[in-house]
Amino acid sequence: MTDSSLSTRQKVERSLARRRATETRFHALGFMAVLFGLLSVVVLFGDILLKGSSTFRQTVIVTDIHLDAQFLGLTPRSKEAHIRRADFEGLIRQQLHAAMPTMTEDEARELHRLISIGAAWQLSDWVVENPQHLNQTIRFELLADHLVDQWFKHDRRKGISQRLSDVQLSWLHEWADSGQMYTRFNRLFFTHGDSQEPELAGVRGAMMGTFLTLMVTLVLSFPIGIATAIYLEQFAPARQWINLVEININNLAAVPSITFGLLGLAIFINLFGVTRSTPLIGGLVLTLMALPTIIISARAAIKSVPLSIQEAAYGLGASKVQVVFHHVLPLALPGMLTGTILAMAQALGATAPLLLIGMVAFVVDVPNAISDPSTVLPVQIFLWADSPERAFIERTSGAILVLLGFLISMNTLAVLLRQRIERRR
Amino acid sequence: MNDSTLFIVIVLTFIGVYRLGRNRAQALAMAGTRLHSLPSHYGVLLAMWAGLPVLITLLLWRLLEPTLVDAMILRQLPETVRAGSDAQVQLAISMVRNIAAGAALATPDGFESSVSHVIALQARMVLLQAGVLLAVALFGLAVCWYRFTPNQAARTDVERMVRVLLLCSSAVAVLTTVGILASVLYESWLFFGMVSPLEFLFGTHWSPQISLRDEQTGSSASFGAVPLFAGTLMIAMIAMLIAVPVGLMAAIYLSEYATDSVRNMAKPTLEVLAGIPSIVYGFFALLTVAPLIRELGTALGVSVSSASALAVGVVMGIMIIPFISSLSDDVLNAVPQSLRDGSDALGATRNETIRQVVVPAALPGIVAAIMLAFSRAIGETMIVTMAAGMVANLSANPLDSVTTVTAQMVSLLVGDQAFDSPKTLAAFALGLVLFITTLALNYVAVNMVKKYREHYD
Amino acid sequence: MTILKNHDTKGVAFVDDAKLTARHVNVFYGDKQAIFDVSLDVGANEVIALIGPSGCGKSTFLRCLNRMNDTIDRCQVQGDILLDGEPIYDGSMDVVPLRARVGMVFQKPNPFPKSIYDNVAYGPRLHGLATTRVELDAIVEYSLQRAGLWNEVKDRLDAPGTGLSGGQQQRLCIARTIAVDPEVILMDEPCSALDPIATAKIEELIDELRENYTIAIVTHSMQQAARVSQRTAYFHMGQLVEVNPTEQMFTTPEHTLTEAYITGRFG
Repeated sequence: MTDSSLSTRQKVERSLARRRATETRFHALGFMAVLFGLLSVVVLFGDILLKGSSTFRQTVIVTDIHLDAQFLGLTPRSKEAHIRRADFEGLIRQQLHAAMPTMTEDEARELHRLISIGAAWQLSDWVVENPQHLNQTIRFELLADHLVDQWFKHDRRKGISQRLSDVQLSWLHEWADSGQMYTRFNRLFFTHGDSQEPELAGVRGAMMGTFLTLMVTLVLSFPIGIATAIYLEQFAPARQWINLVEININNLAAVPSITFGLLGLAIFINLFGVTRSTPLIGGLVLTLMALPTIIISARAAIKSVPLSIQEAAYGLGASKVQVVFHHVLPLALPGMLTGTILAMAQALGATAPLLLIGMVAFVVDVPNAISDPSTVLPVQIFLWADSPERAFIERTSGAILVLLGFLISMNTLAVLLRQRIERRR
Repeated sequence: MNDSTLFIVIVLTFIGVYRLGRNRAQALAMAGTRLHSLPSHYGVLLAMWAGLPVLITLLLWRLLEPTLVDAMILRQLPETVRAGSDAQVQLAISMVRNIAAGAALATPDGFESSVSHVIALQARMVLLQAGVLLAVALFGLAVCWYRFTPNQAARTDVERMVRVLLLCSSAVAVLTTVGILASVLYESWLFFGMVSPLEFLFGTHWSPQISLRDEQTGSSASFGAVPLFAGTLMIAMIAMLIAVPVGLMAAIYLSEYATDSVRNMAKPTLEVLAGIPSIVYGFFALLTVAPLIRELGTALGVSVSSASALAVGVVMGIMIIPFISSLSDDVLNAVPQSLRDGSDALGATRNETIRQVVVPAALPGIVAAIMLAFSRAIGETMIVTMAAGMVANLSANPLDSVTTVTAQMVSLLVGDQAFDSPKTLAAFALGLVLFITTLALNYVAVNMVKKYREHYD
Repeated sequence: MTILKNHDTKGVAFVDDAKLTARHVNVFYGDKQAIFDVSLDVGANEVIALIGPSGCGKSTFLRCLNRMNDTIDRCQVQGDILLDGEPIYDGSMDVVPLRARVGMVFQKPNPFPKSIYDNVAYGPRLHGLATTRVELDAIVEYSLQRAGLWNEVKDRLDAPGTGLSGGQQQRLCIARTIAVDPEVILMDEPCSALDPIATAKIEELIDELRENYTIAIVTHSMQQAARVSQRTAYFHMGQLVEVNPTEQMFTTPEHTLTEAYITGRFG
């Protein structure tokens, strides 16, 4: 035994160095894989934050405006509709022009181009609120055009410019140096619908559309999902039916989301005549997508309700329906809610099926009802990402940040809810 | 009356009728009559008798009304328009509807009568609808009210209805699958009536746009989908080349090497990747990765398309990493500890145990995870719609721009649709191929996992 | 029930030609102590049986002897364990060669999901014990023969190891251990999952293996301990109560706890 044992030991020792090296390599590979995944998260978020965080600041140019009632053809008692028709754009031009009397016609045109067309209606809004200031001189923040906005936020420090002429740049430098031009919180981004002008485009319309669509989804999918789960767990008499529904749920959970769009297009729109581009049709399609997640989580929640509680209720003479609705459902509800929130978060990011049912329309008005034409946040992102303007790229990233913000809050809510359930047990 | 008001009215009516029934039963109970069920059961029963017929009537009304109104508009349209093609008639009808709905359009000559007719009709329809709904509700209420006796098994009736409602809910999942299948099959059948299935499946030229200028060669569209299949496969393969090694190694590291604290930090962070909507990845691919790869190519002297398959595939791969890692993590954890012990006790190093015992034992589950991930990759839509090309190139070079099945489906179906043109129907044929492929992959994968679990349970 | 005072072990815990030497071993799982100050020798070419009621720490102690407890994060071992005089918990000791020298057979047969041949060849391949296919074949055949399995499987070496019966699987696991040519074999209740006939075969095998190997076996069956071992150690609540030659232990136990256990008053 001694000889052979010695040689065995030697052989093992001899192999060790090579095997240790392999082990180190393998360990490092695994570590790198995890690191790659984590880095992807960081790069993805960092990239979008970098591109999008400047969306939330908007450049304005503060200037004195004399609200010349005569020029505007207004009196302090003018009606709102009358005020809105007044030529505020002309007023702003006139006032800018007055500040630089030596300008040529061409220069004046270039100067006007630096101010957004939104400045005029912001001014008219202000006058509607404060008609007593007519004929007075006020300091007003004029909304800058998106080219100016981009230059001021990004290019000024790098000393470059895009699509701005030399004379325009000289004014801009002057404004910037005198402190007349600065950035403030971009409220407009959250209060406005879509627009052709990047500086006037906001996510309000898309957010409302998303909200209405998700409401339709929630109102439909939550009861149907819960009811299905209850039926499968508590009432279904035949194993075959359970199997059939189960197979279908599993398939629906795995089928590409775009196929739900095909169904919406062919069945809901073509067959049943539901109007395209509305939160109603969007909600209908997303309901079908959300159902598998809700059903699966609701079934798990029902399964986790202790049998002893149900037996106790039966022992007191409760009927099956009473046991389920009085005892099982309340205990399972938090778990069901967690699953539903996660399903809603999924629906919030869904884009492809909504493209097919016409939610890609250019919608300026903020939708107010589930039958109004509207778009949703991810589709708005899709639309903006297609626009060539640089300012729209920034806005796209900004909209993504808003979307991710919603997603993170929904997921956090679900996690907190789950932790509460687990603590209670 | 708009939809939300209608909804509120119906809910209020439900509550009112419920209280009516419950109060009646309560009054009887107070008077000393012994009831079969609880008063609330009588309330629910009454509400159901009054409410369900209303809901059914409303649904039928909504389904039938457009057809009826269309027919009425048609009769009022000028003779010249009625003689036109179907499409023209449809256009005229929708115009009349829009004008009647208050769209600020000038009413063309000859349409005045139909427009005013529709406006009058709509006013009458609202009244008629309200009347019919009310009548149905009252009828149901009356029937239930007069059938009421203290011995009536209200609870059993209510519970039977509850069961039926639950059953109907569970049928929704089945109906959805049937709906998807029916829509893709029906429209594909129409498509294959115009384009031969052989050409579709084996043709190598894809240009669905019917050219408007006659002098162009191939003025008719061609629907050879092979370039799409090839493009889809190439992008999916690139994605798998990223996702499988990274996802698998990450799962191995997290389940076999990492300390608890690393695992608790890294796992949820990786899963964040799965929670990000694909539109965000699309944006990332379009504006960050594609330009980066293009610049890298230029620096190396290689020409790279600005919508290269490589960029799309890499980003898709990143999206799929958590999918593979969490599924593999599950299957790795299902490998019994006794196998690891057996290998460790023979003096194997960690990686020897993992590579020669754990992974082979988990192989069916890992293969299933890869298949599920692959099915997800070929069904992914937004990344390819945003960042992949739109022109159907048949190319094996990952630096070229290729298009995919899903990207084409979106481009065919977004915008104007005419359901008699092969261009629109082609999207459904592509949808059919996609549906069948993913279904088959999922079916095989799910069964594989099931077998695998049974093996170790 | 009296708890052992001062951790005094009755009988003879030490031998002259010790293969494995354990001195003042304490084992903790997190805050919980599982082994209390155990000192014990395992002599060369002997079979020592570790017995005791379930949860008494006998398996934990066995798993310390080839550092299988390393795989459990919260497990901490104190004290000295020496193999041929070398401390195995020393920083310089590598678990890979240690486990090649101290093999282990588990409670439940755990053949790898590979062929019979590959199961046996697994260890030699890892450690590079065979340079040619012929050498490897020889090792496989020798190991299977030593495990008494050769005649049953020689025609189906390519069949999966998991397809064998429970007793055959356990002998395959023993063959797998022998193939690495260990010096010590640890057996953790190797027969508890087997029927009586398979158990008898394994016991016979253990007796044969004694010529070449040192064997420590944990068993919950006193009959088995009596049949296969030369010395027996009785564990109780993490403490080593008594070690004596097997015959003596089962006829005249020194400690009252040992007596209570072997007469079946608890366990």
